[in-house]
Amino acid sequence: MKSKHLLLGDEALALGALHAGLSGVWAYPGTPSTEITEFIQKSEQGRAGSVHCRWSANEKTAMEEALGMSYAGKRAMVCMKHVGMNVCADAFVNSAVTGANGGLVIVACDDPSLHSSQNEQDSRFYADFAMMPCFEPSSQQEAYEMVRCAFDYSEKNRIPVLMRMTTRMAHSRAIVETSEQLEQNEIHFPENPRQWVTLPVNARVRNDQLVKDILSFEEDACTMGQNKYIDGPDNSMGIITCGIAYNYLMENYPDGCPFPVLKLTQYPLPKKLVRKLAAECKSIMVVEEGQPLVEKLLRGVLELPIDIKGRLDGTLPRTGELNPDVLRVALGMKPLEAHAAATVTVPRPPALCQGCGHRDFYTALNNVLKNYESARVFADIGCYTLGWLAPFHAFQTCVEMGASLTMSIGAANAGVHPSVAVIGDSTFTHSGMTGLLDAVNEKANITLCISDNLTTGMTGGQDSAGTGRLEQICYGVGVDPAHVRVIVPLPKNYPDMEKVIDEEINYKGVSVIIARRECIQTAKRHAKAKAKQ
Amino acid sequence: MKQDIILCGVGGQGILSIATIIGWAALKEGIYLKQAEVHGMSQRGGDVQSNLRLSDAPISSDLIAHGACDLIISLEPMEALRYVQYLNPNGWVITNTTPFVNIPNYPEMEAVNDELMKQGNVIMIDVDAIAKEVKSPRSANMVLLGAAASVLEMLKPEQLLEGITNVFASKGEAIVETNIAAFKAGYEFAQKNK
Repeated sequence: MKSKHLLLGDEALALGALHAGLSGVWAYPGTPSTEITEFIQKSEQGRAGSVHCRWSANEKTAMEEALGMSYAGKRAMVCMKHVGMNVCADAFVNSAVTGANGGLVIVACDDPSLHSSQNEQDSRFYADFAMMPCFEPSSQQEAYEMVRCAFDYSEKNRIPVLMRMTTRMAHSRAIVETSEQLEQNEIHFPENPRQWVTLPVNARVRNDQLVKDILSFEEDACTMGQNKYIDGPDNSMGIITCGIAYNYLMENYPDGCPFPVLKLTQYPLPKKLVRKLAAECKSIMVVEEGQPLVEKLLRGVLELPIDIKGRLDGTLPRTGELNPDVLRVALGMKPLEAHAAATVTVPRPPALCQGCGHRDFYTALNNVLKNYESARVFADIGCYTLGWLAPFHAFQTCVEMGASLTMSIGAANAGVHPSVAVIGDSTFTHSGMTGLLDAVNEKANITLCISDNLTTGMTGGQDSAGTGRLEQICYGVGVDPAHVRVIVPLPKNYPDMEKVIDEEINYKGVSVIIARRECIQTAKRHAKAKAKQ
Repeated sequence: MKQDIILCGVGGQGILSIATIIGWAALKEGIYLKQAEVHGMSQRGGDVQSNLRLSDAPISSDLIAHGACDLIISLEPMEALRYVQYLNPNGWVITNTTPFVNIPNYPEMEAVNDELMKQGNVIMIDVDAIAKEVKSPRSANMVLLGAAASVLEMLKPEQLLEGITNVFASKGEAIVETNIAAFKAGYEFAQKNK
């Protein structure tokens, strides 16, 4: 039955997947992708348990779990933020080698302008490199419809499909009209069992096939109708838009764009359509949200007889999100008349919540480390990364999920002491546990601090994979139980906390300090839920 | 007709519930809407904003261009000023007057107020005080929505009230009533002080 809903792009995609007969979603929380899985968890199917929707330990385990469901013939989806693609890259790239059985859709949510991320990598490059088709919706309605199309395409062509979203698509609401609900697939196994064993003898055959398949995927991108060639009267320029870039272009032409436009939402790059545009226009402008993938494919290395404008020649900014204003400049339009910017405003950076346990942990850690001139602290990804800002200035590095622990090992190897790692509970189980095994095996002289707030805080308080089992995990990996210490980060405990931290810094070997107090945001929520009962 | 709105404030102040009610009413009335939100790291006590666009025709961009914004609705006075370069020459600023001071270098209030007054069409309203007056201290954001309703041409106050009733229905009748009282108080204040 058709109905209308006001949905975030993430939610539209999630609902589209449910209506397309999804049997399971796997994910690790990450802005701006988190709401996809949360929507499925809260849905009727999610609550009834008819669709798998528990969080996974990390993006690699998520990708592999979804691949397992696809092997069994059912429709599976994996969701992550763009940097999660790096974590699951091994599984992702090799899933093109195995191919899909039940429809398999990988959703990567990119974050141009780095609203909540450490880089603005563009996931379309992964699809290109893995020889996988990629879909990129330009509206919430398209996100809803395209995910069904992606599942159908995946099953028909026995290939996983990458769906690329960006922050502005993921976190913007619009009204979405839904269509009928499909049944889930029954279990059935692949017709091509050899390619699911990636021994070279099989993988070579599959690799040759993929190189042929990518040509038919490209033909589909020309003919399936998702990529649209929209003619215009002014041939002095043709415009290629990718995903939501189309909206920013049209915002500046409310009565229709005078230039021919090739609106791309499906890759591989449809070369025939691009050649048609180039043949009919004197120059080309490429407008893409993210990095200049299409522009690079057009330009190559050699000079071309046609002028190409885009992010590489400076017509559009080389980095950052697009918006209607940068398009105005690129199109040679004057800015709209507006108020002057105010002069008295000052920045208001994000900060750790008042009363947060990370604050008390950092206070105690700083108090101890001021006695050690050579101390270095390696931190990680989460709310506690805000401890780099005033007033704490509590650490020197933060790179990617899990790097705190392993960088502290390398620095200790180089002779740094104290070499301290700070990691959150969820990040520890995502990518820290294997590093701890390295530390134990080489008896590294490090102090690992797990700031355990019993949740995945930064993304809004999702369950954390190791809650209640962190000590056992450390014992199991081989840390001496005498040097697995638990402290409660509260102002009244500063003397005790500082004593424990100081003792463990002076222990020559691997120590783990678990600073455990529930996130005040989830604690409030839990208290409210309890009061309701 | 269209109205492009920037909702702003500090993370946790409740701008998204204002957006939810406008969204509910727009969906009900068949008005086109796009609303871009901020999630994740920037929410933690930092500045937050949401671009909310209403139109009787399909909307292209999720983001509002400089000079295209018709209305800034702000739960915090300095935060209102952060976005005035988006405002068109006839645009409105509806802002709370109580500062949220969680930074050491918050500017002098006099300078903030002076600059707000320079914006032309401005309604300055102490939403916290009015919320307390009508015994709805937790509904300051609905006071602000009520004030904004006086210049929100795309939706009528009755339609927004229906939105409040439906959005807060699951929280019980008492909560619905306090939010309605807050909305009405804000609306009356703005009608008198426009």
